[in-house]
Amino acid sequence: MLKEKLLDIRDEYLSFFTPAGEIKALNGVSFSMDEGEVLGIVGESGSGKSVTAYSIMGLTAYPGRLVGGSIRFNGHDVEKMSEKELRKMRGNEVSIIFQDPMTSLNPVYTIGNQIEEVILLHTDKTRDEAKKRARELLELVGINEPDRRLKQYPHELSGGMRQRVMISIALACEPKLLIADEPTTALDVTIQAQILELMKELRSKLDMSIIMITHDLGVVASMCEKIAVMYAGHIVEYGTADEIFYEPGHEYTKGLIKSIPKLNSSEPERLVPIEGQPVDLLNPPKGCPFAPRCGSCMKICLREMPEKTELSETHYCYCWLHGKAEFEKGGGEE
Amino acid sequence: MSRQDILVEIQNLRQYFPAGGHGKNRRFVQAVDDVSFAIKKGETLGLVGESGCGKTTVGRTMLRLYEPTDGRIIYDGKIIYDSGRCPLKNDDGSDMTDGKGKPVFGKRTAVDMLPYRRKMQIVFQDPYASLDPRMTIGDIVGESIDIHRTAANKKERHDKIISLLECVGLNSEHANRYPHEFSGGQRQRVGIARALAADPQFIVCDEPVSALDVSIQAQVVNMFEDLQQEMGLTYLFIAHDLSVVKHISNRIGVMYLGKMVELAESFELIAHSVHPYTRSLISAIPVADPKTARAAKRITLQGDVPSPLNPPSGCRFRTRCPYADELCARECPQMKEVGAGHWAACHHLDRVEY
Amino acid sequence: MNNRLPGLHLKAEDFIPATAEEKESLVIMRDSVNFWRDGLRRLKKNRVAMVSLFFILLIMIFAYVLPSFWPYTYDQQIRTSENLSPFTYGEAELARIEAGEKVFPHICGTDKLGRDFAVRLMMGARISLTVGLVCAAIVLVIGALFGAIAGFAGGWVDNIMMRFTDIIYTIPDILLIIIMAMSLKPALEQLVTHKGFLWLQKLGPNMIAIFLVFALIYWVGMARITRSQVLILKESEYVTAARALGAGSARIIRKHLLTNCIGTLTVTTTLQIPSAIFTESYLSFLGIGVQVPMPSLGSLATDAVKGMNTYPYLLLFPAILISVIILVFNLFGDGLRDAFDPKLKD
Repeated sequence: MLKEKLLDIRDEYLSFFTPAGEIKALNGVSFSMDEGEVLGIVGESGSGKSVTAYSIMGLTAYPGRLVGGSIRFNGHDVEKMSEKELRKMRGNEVSIIFQDPMTSLNPVYTIGNQIEEVILLHTDKTRDEAKKRARELLELVGINEPDRRLKQYPHELSGGMRQRVMISIALACEPKLLIADEPTTALDVTIQAQILELMKELRSKLDMSIIMITHDLGVVASMCEKIAVMYAGHIVEYGTADEIFYEPGHEYTKGLIKSIPKLNSSEPERLVPIEGQPVDLLNPPKGCPFAPRCGSCMKICLREMPEKTELSETHYCYCWLHGKAEFEKGGGEE
Repeated sequence: MSRQDILVEIQNLRQYFPAGGHGKNRRFVQAVDDVSFAIKKGETLGLVGESGCGKTTVGRTMLRLYEPTDGRIIYDGKIIYDSGRCPLKNDDGSDMTDGKGKPVFGKRTAVDMLPYRRKMQIVFQDPYASLDPRMTIGDIVGESIDIHRTAANKKERHDKIISLLECVGLNSEHANRYPHEFSGGQRQRVGIARALAADPQFIVCDEPVSALDVSIQAQVVNMFEDLQQEMGLTYLFIAHDLSVVKHISNRIGVMYLGKMVELAESFELIAHSVHPYTRSLISAIPVADPKTARAAKRITLQGDVPSPLNPPSGCRFRTRCPYADELCARECPQMKEVGAGHWAACHHLDRVEY
Repeated sequence: MNNRLPGLHLKAEDFIPATAEEKESLVIMRDSVNFWRDGLRRLKKNRVAMVSLFFILLIMIFAYVLPSFWPYTYDQQIRTSENLSPFTYGEAELARIEAGEKVFPHICGTDKLGRDFAVRLMMGARISLTVGLVCAAIVLVIGALFGAIAGFAGGWVDNIMMRFTDIIYTIPDILLIIIMAMSLKPALEQLVTHKGFLWLQKLGPNMIAIFLVFALIYWVGMARITRSQVLILKESEYVTAARALGAGSARIIRKHLLTNCIGTLTVTTTLQIPSAIFTESYLSFLGIGVQVPMPSLGSLATDAVKGMNTYPYLLLFPAILISVIILVFNLFGDGLRDAFDPKLKD
């Protein structure tokens, strides 16, 4: 019998209906995750990476709406769940860490209060048990002097410390899936290194699945087994970390990897940028969304969205260049 | 380096911002504390450090957008600011003394900046906040033309604006549009065109690519390089991303909590850094290569950056430094030349492991 | 899912590299919209605001245009037509109708002195609107100027100026209006004996006191809002950028601060109008408003209270009109805010 996937998103379409028109944030996103897997979603701002993750929790902001497709998480159909069921699921089975740890903590409650609140809300523990658990959690995320920290307010903690508190809140009910939305973008490099180290450690300790949303290829390289590259609401390429970095199949992925400046090169070399500007989601191009910026753009790319090409069992991408290779191979047949 | 080559120099620059309190209890944020460096003509000096290390303040104080608390700013051989409390320097960088060995102080100076505003420009970090939302792109770029009256008539102004826009990869069609109609990368180009409109020699690039997506970042970095080639510009390039700074700079200065801790040629700094902070900073950068990333052993720094309101005594890095001892708590290390053009401020350079 | 065979519908020329022009044609530049046009578009889409605007225009016509064409004037007393219900006629008028003359009906009836109530309502609305508009203008000029100076100067100047507004906040406004009205009366009576000041007589000391108090007190809120806006804008990066270009204070205020404040100022001023109208009505209701025989909506209501049981419509009409005016101005102000100043919303 085939075990059901932890998360299975099929053909998700999601739009924001603004006064200026329909913004198509997601255009047919499909992927699935097994338990214990770490998936990185990479893409630039507006590519739909956060929207995808939020929709798993049923947290699509107004005026956004799911237009098509299905999201199946841990045996529920998320798009059919009531607000009450969603609330029960959030925090319990799936939780999220946000980019800005300052705005996601309530400034008028102590750290201890906020962690206990989440525990009490989702479990039937008593106050004392919750207090004990909060202390355990702070220790788990590597906060020293947890007893003192529990009594402190968010503004008394540094950015890195606050992000640790956010992680401990997210872990309070041992969720099956942790969504980390750019968890280190607002932090300094040395603090980012600490947090990434912590997340790696926690993952091996707790055996949960993680979705890591980021624009930084460096962050996913060290953290994730699977990587999804998003562009203009499409997953343009999906594969294992090694496949994405060493055998990229999509021109956008190739461009992204090339445009990162290398730290350890001794010769001054010119960067290879991706030309052009990001897609205007109000007026997306008709064919492949990346076509206007693509160096190998062909006539067909302007007209039609490419088909899915499977490059290996775990690796696929959407690019006409693979269609071209196939076409030329079987060229004489018709 | 010889004095003639230097375009802009700061000596013993201090910038303290008042942070409340009165009289004795008056507190200051020590944003920049005793920082000195010189930038050669046509050179790019990179400045890196974490948030709150004072790198942005250095850039803005150099342009006298903030009035310095103390120190001296020299532009093209002319002193444009001198607090009168710092000893003058000899050509070799040592303090100038009179016959009796007493230091010679500079005269208190604060020149009118208006003529210098055309020579020294700045490009800001946030391409959303740095463009006035109610002005058209053309008017934003033309602002310096209007202020310094460098165009004889409307037509000349218009032509100048268009050629500036073309210079940064935009076109005349964009001139009548408003900032919110553009993407981050395009706005940053507008910011650059505005700086270029003054026809400057020196540009402070204050984290100009930090807010941009990776693919756009490379476009803008390349443009900075091209403009430098064409116009012989001198840059102070400020960023927190060491890889970008390394790419564009000839030399790099590393700052920590208001102090310069290491300064060297960029390759030298990455490959042979000597200061423990620089080394951990380099090691903390996530590498976009799964195999190296998995194999790499990181020097993870413990703890957080202390508050610049109340910095630690002695060496400011000592609270997070694995090599710190009493000497570091007692005395603030001075910049020492450890190799040709390679300066570092640390008491225990000999103990730092390679 | 992918049952289309790849290559089936494809031709070799599909795989020719696309030209730069073809690629560029995919990128559509949106129509240029500036701040005002964009705001106007948002305003037009706001149905509540547009209905309110329609009512405001209607009330404006009612108050400023209609009285000139009305066959009655506000102080014209028609004998035998006292205390008429709507659409009824007095004895004398009935006689004229019988004689074949056309008599314009009293749509809202008449009051106890035989004055056509409809035209008195129009005049009342005119007074109330005028008070609202003039007061809002006074508040705008004084408040915005004061706030802008305090915000831009900063430091101790700002400190002193804002403590001054704090003091003004503590003055009870109604009390001040009454005291000023009393003390102004003799001075005003002196003044109107001079030629050229006669129009002041029509307004009456109470009205002038109201204007003066608005000028003296009510700008405080506006000053605070303007100051906080200027403080934020002053620190914004584009102002720093302008300073780096060498722009002086005058240019920064004119080009950057003012243009960016206008949205907030417009909204706050619009919302000031109903509050001024309310204050005026309330004062007139207490009997410290306009001079008789000039009506205002508040004084019309006061007069009607005495005969409330017999002639309820005399109270109903001005009361409804006040409510409608205040409501539509508030709704329109909210619409303006949503369209031009979305930040202010919460």
